[in-house]
Amino acid sequence: MMAQLALVHPVPEPQSAPRGDHEVIALMVGEGAKALDVGCGDGALLSLLARERRARASGVELDRVKAHACVARGLSVMQADAETELAAFPAGAFDTVIFSRSLQGFRRPGAVLREAARIGSQVIVSIGNSAHWRSRLHLLTKGAMSEPPGWGGFEQAHRWSIRDFAALARATGLKIERAAPMSHSRPGAPFAKSLWRANWFAEEAVFLLTA
Amino acid sequence: MQAAGGVRSLAFDSKAKLHLANGEAIAPLTMAFETYGSLNSERSNAVLVCHGLNGDQFVASPNPVTGRPAWWPRIVGPGKPIDTNRFFVVCANVLGGAMGTTGPASTAQDGQPYGLRLPPIAISDMVRAQCMLVEALEVETLFLAIGAGFGGMQALQWASAYPNRVFACVTIASAARQSAHNIALMELGRQAIMADPDWRQGGYLAHGVRPQKGGAVARMAACIAGQPASRVRASFDQARALERFTFAPDSSAEGIERIDANSFLYVSRAIDAFDLAADFGGSLANAFTNSATRHGVFAFSSDWRYPPHDSRTIVRALMAAGAEASFVEIKTESGHDAYLGEEPAFEAALTGFVDSAAAARGLALQGGKS
Repeated sequence: MMAQLALVHPVPEPQSAPRGDHEVIALMVGEGAKALDVGCGDGALLSLLARERRARASGVELDRVKAHACVARGLSVMQADAETELAAFPAGAFDTVIFSRSLQGFRRPGAVLREAARIGSQVIVSIGNSAHWRSRLHLLTKGAMSEPPGWGGFEQAHRWSIRDFAALARATGLKIERAAPMSHSRPGAPFAKSLWRANWFAEEAVFLLTA
Repeated sequence: MQAAGGVRSLAFDSKAKLHLANGEAIAPLTMAFETYGSLNSERSNAVLVCHGLNGDQFVASPNPVTGRPAWWPRIVGPGKPIDTNRFFVVCANVLGGAMGTTGPASTAQDGQPYGLRLPPIAISDMVRAQCMLVEALEVETLFLAIGAGFGGMQALQWASAYPNRVFACVTIASAARQSAHNIALMELGRQAIMADPDWRQGGYLAHGVRPQKGGAVARMAACIAGQPASRVRASFDQARALERFTFAPDSSAEGIERIDANSFLYVSRAIDAFDLAADFGGSLANAFTNSATRHGVFAFSSDWRYPPHDSRTIVRALMAAGAEASFVEIKTESGHDAYLGEEPAFEAALTGFVDSAAAARGLALQGGKS
């Protein structure tokens, strides 16, 4: 049946392996959860969550072209600016609100994070770590900030270290339930047993937060 | 079932009354409609297309009365986003319309045309009448209710009134509440009709005349609102350069035969009165609570008749109600009427929405390929 459907209007499944932080995020999302992916981009995480976690996943995406592509692929996506749009959701509307590499693109990430904590029982955030030792070395030697590896194309209005984000979460009144340091797009980073070490050695990190 | 002059209609028994929102009832009810494609054995592939103010039931075939071609050929037909090879498409002339469904031009029980004796109707009444038709066609659940503008209002009303009987709902360039500037435009149309001496206090049919001039103005008001602002401005500038006062093209011919003046009065008043939230204590979200319907909401950037803001209001309410909703704003210069024209991004997004809903409904390709 599905094969016949595919003949009419093919819906391409992504061929490439899931992005590292997406895999980690998917493990943090409950089976069948109602999830909102803020800044869902091409919808790769939405598809993964629907496939792997049978989540009722919907997304918000600012970029018109990306949002259209998501809807054309059959994903529930609203083209909107989350900075203002999250306020439209009632409290507790979602089990999980996700920012995968997207929170750093907002003008006022603290306010957005607070809204997310209002509308979701838990919030998952993946960030790039600008305090990785290579970035520090780059800054020390070249005197310029560098992008986290594999981060090309992701808008960063804010560059954070893992410590910076932990401080932001605390200032927003959120509790860090879990933090997964990552390097080379895989969970775990060498020597990342403490926040101090993760801040040196993790390229990115995924945080699970609750209010 | 009757088919007079190529217009198919279903005349309900006079015992099957249509109960109106204002407490009155219409009987007997006649619904004129067209169908395309065939109903599958599970009866799960029915699509209801709700037509707009200038539309009729001939969504995918020429109107045998006016000779006008199908009004939505890019969207409904074999191999189109609403593929008549897969879906059983139903499109009915709205209650109060002038293409065979009970309206002011229909004959009342005393053998005379209803005229202004037809009770006031609301969009909820139009949808209830469609529901009677759908039931008569032995369809319990619509796979999809879809419409643009006024048609979108009907689709929304369907999703709100019959949440368990609409699997998916597509609302295009529409609103959950008629805006003041739309009311103003329609009001001018209504006043023009009523100021036409040939309107004869609504009794023009008995006198064998039609309020052509008033009807033309009414149609023009609706027609201009469908155009992009840039075209309206260009038409005006052109007329001004010729030292003319108006840019309206010759309003004599075409459209007016399609608009029955009294029908315009009834239907436009129903549209202007539409305010879905009003029935739910002023909260639009409450109109969609506990809805399992998947919603696709589409808007066009240059639409000033039902601007994207109106669509966003719908989507916010849907999201606040916890409904599954997608929203796409199409960037186009074609204004409100973009839904009728060539808009590849719109068609791609609509196709994706419909296909994924069909997959979720377990619908496969029916019949042959186009």
